[in-house]
Amino acid sequence: MHSFKDTWTMTKRSLSHILRSPDTIITVVISPIALLLMFVYVLGGALEPQAGTMKYINFITPGILIFTVVSGVAYAAFRLNGDVQKGIINRFRTMPVAPSSILSGQAVSSALSNLFSCLLVLGAAFAAGFRTNAGLTEWLLFAALLALFILATTWMAIYFGLKSSTPEGSGSFSYLLMFLIFLSPSFVPTSTMSPVLRSFAENQPFTPIIETMRSLLTNGAAGDKAGIAFAWGAGLLVVMYLLSIQAYKKRSL
Amino acid sequence: MKPAIVVKGLTKGFKKNQVLKGVDFTVDSGEIFALLGSNGAGKTTTINILTTLMEKDGGQATVGGFDVAKQPEKVRQSISLTGQFAAVDDVLTARENLVLIGDLRHVKDSAQTAADLLKKFNLADAADRRVATFSGGMRRRLDIAMSLIGNPPIIFLDEPTTGLDPEARINMWDAIRTLAQGGTTIFLTTQYLDEADELADTIAVLHEGKIAASGTATELKRLVPGGLIKFSFQNVEQLEAAAVALGKKYEIIEKKNVTLTVAGGDNAGQVAELFIQLRNAKIEPTDFSQQVPTLDDVFFELTGNKKEEK
Repeated sequence: MHSFKDTWTMTKRSLSHILRSPDTIITVVISPIALLLMFVYVLGGALEPQAGTMKYINFITPGILIFTVVSGVAYAAFRLNGDVQKGIINRFRTMPVAPSSILSGQAVSSALSNLFSCLLVLGAAFAAGFRTNAGLTEWLLFAALLALFILATTWMAIYFGLKSSTPEGSGSFSYLLMFLIFLSPSFVPTSTMSPVLRSFAENQPFTPIIETMRSLLTNGAAGDKAGIAFAWGAGLLVVMYLLSIQAYKKRSL
Repeated sequence: MKPAIVVKGLTKGFKKNQVLKGVDFTVDSGEIFALLGSNGAGKTTTINILTTLMEKDGGQATVGGFDVAKQPEKVRQSISLTGQFAAVDDVLTARENLVLIGDLRHVKDSAQTAADLLKKFNLADAADRRVATFSGGMRRRLDIAMSLIGNPPIIFLDEPTTGLDPEARINMWDAIRTLAQGGTTIFLTTQYLDEADELADTIAVLHEGKIAASGTATELKRLVPGGLIKFSFQNVEQLEAAAVALGKKYEIIEKKNVTLTVAGGDNAGQVAELFIQLRNAKIEPTDFSQQVPTLDDVFFELTGNKKEEK
């Protein structure tokens, strides 16, 4: 069928949108780097003992990368909602093109731009003293988990981009995800939290993902939560993908 | 000829608001069909259902021989939609917009198709500028050009000239006529009566969720009773005398300064009869004109009467 060709056509369109507004990439990268520097140089002195034997910057780098993705995918929702408001999505919906092709173009370009942002943030982390024991296998597993997380949150962005009534509102889901980052062992171990928050933090999807990333980068091993981390990522991806396709088909503006 | 669009008993409601209450019409292949109605009459809802964007509540609708509810994929193969607001990509250039649609419709040579359309729609000079810099008329032209890619046999245009200046409007009419000459079936909605009169082979008036009347412009105009004849006289005395003379047999519609409007019929014999009556009364009009009913009269006749019934 034509699906791959169509997906590629849509990816090219979406990529030129991103490349023609490079300011969005810069905006996406600046806030996590600022957050990284603040946590390391301002709060790091007080928080470092909580991270056990680990250097604090090694402790927080996975959480900072997750933060980068969460703020980055909000732009995918914003862009897609712009297409909805302008009637561009309705034009596509009256054409003989598969819904998955139209939406996957957005997903692929969002994944590429977020991977790029993560590379920049990772570079900044290295400059600030981040070091890793990971070998090639661990790096590949880490990249796979990061890509899965990016795709899952991107499809979440696509869903909210299709459903929202304004472009401004379409990014609001990312605030909820931000909240999940702070209620996870991203910046402090869950053992330091109050009991109620702690039981929430230990059972929410971001926790195994962040802990597995941290384990891969610093211990050079996947750790015991890798299975559940990949399962959360894959599960979220499948659910958000199906919801998005449904939302695209049913959308009536 | 096989009809391009058949709609029977179409209904659609939103919450408590029943927009379409059983709409029926048929669009023949190759004709320009205008769905005429005021704002909020349900024109866009009808287009949305026919172009597979929205699900109907009841009734039947086939487009290009395919049921919109059961075979939406097949319907999409034979249509294209130009919505009420130009659905163009501001970030891309005009050429890139056209190539994008060409690629998605799998035309053989998207670049060549784009170049041809840019020329045809007078956009060649602006081809490589971002669409964000375009005027309303240019955006509309690009929008229509994008709809023509792949030569879909049925084209839907939702208020194609709303928001255009008079010159752009006439250019758009020419483009629509050219399309129809090539055999494309055109379904357009409009709230402008002159546009329907100017373009459409068949006009259907959508009012309060139903088709209030349909036919050619000429057929619709016949729905307004009697032609009006307007006489001018030298002075008011003459006018009053004429009013007395004609008032015995005809309805006096209006007396204004030295002009008198009478409902006197619309064929030559009836008009001649009026002159004979005036001659018999020894009154010579200085001028006369025949008021031919316009679509406006038809529209207000149809929609005004319907409102009074409620």
